[in-house]
Amino acid sequence: MSELNPLRELILMRIRAFLREPEALFWTFGFPIIMAIGLGLAFREKPAETSPVAVERGSVAERYLPALRRSPEIEVRIMDPADAATALRKGDVAVVLGGRDTLAFRYDPGRAESRVARLLADRAVQAGAGGTRPVAVRERAERQPGSRYIDWVIPGIIGLNLMSTGMWGIGFGVVQMRQKKQLKRLISTPMRRRDYLLSQILARLAFVVLEVPPIVLFAWLAFGVRVSGALLSLAVVVLLGTMTFAGLGLLAASRARTIEGASGILNLVMLPMFVLSGVFFPSSRYPDVMQPFVKALPLTALNGALRGVYNDGLPLYALGGSLAILAAWMVLSFLLALRIFRWQ
Amino acid sequence: MADSDSTRTDGPAIRCRALHKRFGDTVAVRALDLEVRRGECFGLLGPNGAGKTTTIEILEGLQEADGGEVEVLGLTWRRDGDRLRARLGVQLQETELADRLTVEETLRLFRSFYPRGRTVESLIDVVQLEEKRDTHVRDLSGGQRQRLSVACALAGDPDILFLDEPTTGLDPQSRRQLWDVVEEFKAAGGTVLLTTHFMDEAEKLSDRIAILDHGEILVQGTPLELIRSLGGEHVIEFASNIEFPDDVLHALPAVTEVRTRGESRLLTTGEPHRVIPPLLELIERGGGALTALNTHHATLDDVFLARTGRALRDE
Repeated sequence: MSELNPLRELILMRIRAFLREPEALFWTFGFPIIMAIGLGLAFREKPAETSPVAVERGSVAERYLPALRRSPEIEVRIMDPADAATALRKGDVAVVLGGRDTLAFRYDPGRAESRVARLLADRAVQAGAGGTRPVAVRERAERQPGSRYIDWVIPGIIGLNLMSTGMWGIGFGVVQMRQKKQLKRLISTPMRRRDYLLSQILARLAFVVLEVPPIVLFAWLAFGVRVSGALLSLAVVVLLGTMTFAGLGLLAASRARTIEGASGILNLVMLPMFVLSGVFFPSSRYPDVMQPFVKALPLTALNGALRGVYNDGLPLYALGGSLAILAAWMVLSFLLALRIFRWQ
Repeated sequence: MADSDSTRTDGPAIRCRALHKRFGDTVAVRALDLEVRRGECFGLLGPNGAGKTTTIEILEGLQEADGGEVEVLGLTWRRDGDRLRARLGVQLQETELADRLTVEETLRLFRSFYPRGRTVESLIDVVQLEEKRDTHVRDLSGGQRQRLSVACALAGDPDILFLDEPTTGLDPQSRRQLWDVVEEFKAAGGTVLLTTHFMDEAEKLSDRIAILDHGEILVQGTPLELIRSLGGEHVIEFASNIEFPDDVLHALPAVTEVRTRGESRLLTTGEPHRVIPPLLELIERGGGALTALNTHHATLDDVFLARTGRALRDE
């Protein structure tokens, strides 16, 4: 009974130190949800997508106001020409209707919503003129479940969160212990060094149990984002990803003597993945030459696996490639960290 | 030859020869020889920067010497590091324990590293932290924290306890409490290596002392031997408005040594009553006046002063 297990005590130390740090708790658990709310609001499903159309006051376009207003897809705003120009430039309206004698459209052909708005406005005007009746077109709105942006971005947010909390949490924790000479004190005991490193990784698994379910639950309740694969598969991917980034966090912090030094390294490691690894937009947008590099990044692999389970309902064996990349990063970073770790 | 399963019980607890360590251009430890016997408390006394911490950390296996030999309990760090660590208790100069762990949790952690050792209960008991067992480390006083740090060092029931400046920054009562813990450990047969820049601490706890300065041992022996090496157990310190050359003062009866500290002259003697009357006469005759006079038992501070011309605590 009195037998104390060093690994267990080290893990408990880490967990206790963390749970007793209220600020850390907030950043870990509050941040991803705030991010999800933000993105959810920005990309929320609108009841009916309407195009904002400006009509210049005193122009010939005012004549077509009734016709434009009849269209449910158009949101008409009457504006002074100068205001309308500004609004168009800023993207507040998608097209401006004006003209002294002849109706004129002003829009930005580089923007998809601007082109759409122009077509919609044109159609409304033509229809209102009562000329040749356009061919009836039935708009068929077909929505695949899980195909919205929010469905796609939630697994990315989970992946991003696993990366940043894992790396920052471990990196800061380790450097702080090194600065305060706690590591030096530990290695003057017979503690096995790998137990310490392992405890950092395993303690992360405990946090992630508290960290990820709230996001999953929140995404489901607030945005109806569902996990289409098995929850168990999701758990496996999450745990593997957690350990991978915990290992990378250890490696990033293995030599740094100061928090500033560690921050630099952590940012250097994380920033490319933040941009390249398909958190907010698909990594397939990068040129082909970059793809092998992009795909080898651990966050790309994690996001791929998470979306596989979340969006595509894939079983684990179908994600073998991504999982192997993650496992390789985990093992290599742990072993390397163990070799080069600075204890004092 | 030593039995491979147990460390040797004969021979010195610590032996090092020609120890050498430099950091860049600064020599931290220079040709240092040291032998600590089993069951004794050995004190390394010296001012800040004398090389005490470097020396003790080399012996603890935390730093590597540039040259020289180190044997602890008959073992070397290179070959037997893991076994050695299990037999030693280490308290670092500025150990910071995890702020948000309680006393009991901290001791459980440290106890878990050792294959054998005291129970957590007895550790809490020996450093008298029963009432603080559930208190977070950051809420402890300096003295309590330091006692906890020593308790961590005692977790593996060590053969040797290393204490690096254990009472720096503590109030007198906390210092005495910590000394009690060390004396209890020693009474149970433990060996202690202590560094300090407090001569009273060195004198109180140590059976033998080495005085260090600039990485070298100036002198070593029992506190009494060191003090006797001054040639007397009393020091007469006086100041006057006349300058006396050393040899004039030396010529006074029973004076064994003459030193200067600032404005004051210090005379070492075994018999102060034979020195003071002729000294006063000397000043009188010179037409001067005495501005200060006191006598005290010679201390390790005087030993240090005699060897370096500086006071231990003026650093």
